[in-house]
Amino acid sequence: MNEKRRAIWVFGDYRNYFQNRVTLQLISRARELALPIGAQVSVIVFGHNVDEIVGNYTAHGADRIYLTDHPRLAEYSMETYSFLMERLARQEKPEIILIGATSFGREFAPHVAKRLGTGLTAGCIGLDIDENGLLVQRVPSFGGNLIAETVIPERRPQMATVRPGVFQELEPDPKRVAEIITVPMPEHMPPDRIRLISSELREAKVRRLEQAKIVICGGRGMGSKKKFAKLYELAELLGGEVCATRPSVYLNWAGHETLVGQAGKQIRPNILLSFGISGAIQHTASIKNAHFIIAVNKNPNAPMMKMADVAIVADASQICNALILELQRRIATKQSHPSDLSGNSAV
Amino acid sequence: MLRLVVCIKQVPQVSELPWDPDTGRLQRELAEGMMNPACRFALETAFSIREKVGAKIAAITMGPPSAEEVLREAIALGADKGILLCDEKMAGADTYTTSSTLAKAIQSKIPRFDLILCGSSTSDGETAQVGPQLAEELDIPGVAYVDDIEITGNKARVRRVADQFLETMEMELPGLVTINARSYIPRYVSMTGFQAAFAEDITTYDAAALGLSPEWIGSKGAPTKVLRVYSPRMDKKNIVLTGTTKKIIGSLFSLFDDRIGGIIGKDLKTDKKAK
Repeated sequence: MNEKRRAIWVFGDYRNYFQNRVTLQLISRARELALPIGAQVSVIVFGHNVDEIVGNYTAHGADRIYLTDHPRLAEYSMETYSFLMERLARQEKPEIILIGATSFGREFAPHVAKRLGTGLTAGCIGLDIDENGLLVQRVPSFGGNLIAETVIPERRPQMATVRPGVFQELEPDPKRVAEIITVPMPEHMPPDRIRLISSELREAKVRRLEQAKIVICGGRGMGSKKKFAKLYELAELLGGEVCATRPSVYLNWAGHETLVGQAGKQIRPNILLSFGISGAIQHTASIKNAHFIIAVNKNPNAPMMKMADVAIVADASQICNALILELQRRIATKQSHPSDLSGNSAV
Repeated sequence: MLRLVVCIKQVPQVSELPWDPDTGRLQRELAEGMMNPACRFALETAFSIREKVGAKIAAITMGPPSAEEVLREAIALGADKGILLCDEKMAGADTYTTSSTLAKAIQSKIPRFDLILCGSSTSDGETAQVGPQLAEELDIPGVAYVDDIEITGNKARVRRVADQFLETMEMELPGLVTINARSYIPRYVSMTGFQAAFAEDITTYDAAALGLSPEWIGSKGAPTKVLRVYSPRMDKKNIVLTGTTKKIIGSLFSLFDDRIGGIIGKDLKTDKKAK
């Protein structure tokens, strides 16, 4: 009898660019988690004509890939995919299943967890293995400035969805080899109760916040929609992107696609300018990987101010306006007359 | 006439919450409650279905005795009845046991429902898991993050955006949808709504009344255990700038013009002033 090695599974979510990136990030973290428990890393791929994806996951660190390739899997289907996932997990008994907290992952994972009768932690921002070999899952919780650490002590597999951008993908190694296990499509599938009528990839109007080097983020402290709009002017000057907190989005000062916070985006810019943001944990957890943070807030004790490299105690909108003027001055000075500062009293 | 069930949740209104450091659980009784924003929109969606095709709407929640408030609010807004699942043994539930408890109550008290509507996520836990797990537990189809729903016969046509894909789907009923929060015009509570809110009885069930074993509900039955809850440590140099706007901008650039300039790829030094 061959002893089955413990396994950490990563769900191969590849439907769009960001979904694929989070899969790669999870493979990378899974490899680190696998060491203390002596596990191997398997990626589960459902789809049709997905050889390129399989190659991609192999190069990025998968030890083993379970592949079900069938025309019926060409379109993502939560019901079909969770049926297949449950079946495979019951058969192979992985220790851990990690799923990217994409829209699909956040819908798919709870179905799978329920089917398997196990626990699931949503939107993790950290994963570790403790001294008992349990997966410790860190998740921001309850709108306060708190992180909860959870474990799934008894049921298996231990499941978690993980936010994009938390972990760093590995450099691909094209020479790597993974064991590919072809899992045939079962003969009897449950009938489809949900029928996809149409699915169109929307033109990504959203500029890629996750990739941006310079991010300007505005919160309720900006004061009004009009004042918030000034952030775009600043972003233009800096060559950056504007993002928003949940309250700003709720107030309709910014579009939903700019939301950074839980269920929003995880960003890691080189510089983050934070205006009028107090720093609810959903937000701070999403921006904690920024390399350099300048925060402006009237309240010096706001969590956002505490985590900033530079905390400016002032009205966010005023500083925004002053920064625009000063940058205009400095940049214009450079471009026209490099050393002449006279006659310019912008600040 | 369609039978709609709307699952709602009372969430804390404040961002600073009283925690029990020993159990890692929220002391809900100490936090002001309000109806979770997405649940509110699930309710609105139910009303719009009723306006088009006619429906009876039951609002259901699980929570402490104070959660009755959100049921009264739901009735005031137009729900026909309220069901409160309330038992100390239900406390500390994770999404697994929450969905099991809700499923059991719906199966035994509103067995012939056509559609369940939930908010897509709550403002406290933000897991977005209870809706999908409730659908799974009841073995009915479920679609999450729905923006738009239309009912014809025994089918629901739903629209949503998931991972940049605009999807239209047709779901068999009975089914479940989770509804996204978005901006809408709050409806006025009518006088009859007010009267109903106080007159209408809210039925409360505990675990025993639902035939739920304490082993299977609340924190006891939850596969997920909270180890600890803590404030994240944020160690940074944290330079604080105060004073007039002019002074602040001046210090910012004299300290960091190189750094900021380096990142944005522009030379920000004003030669004379830079030392």
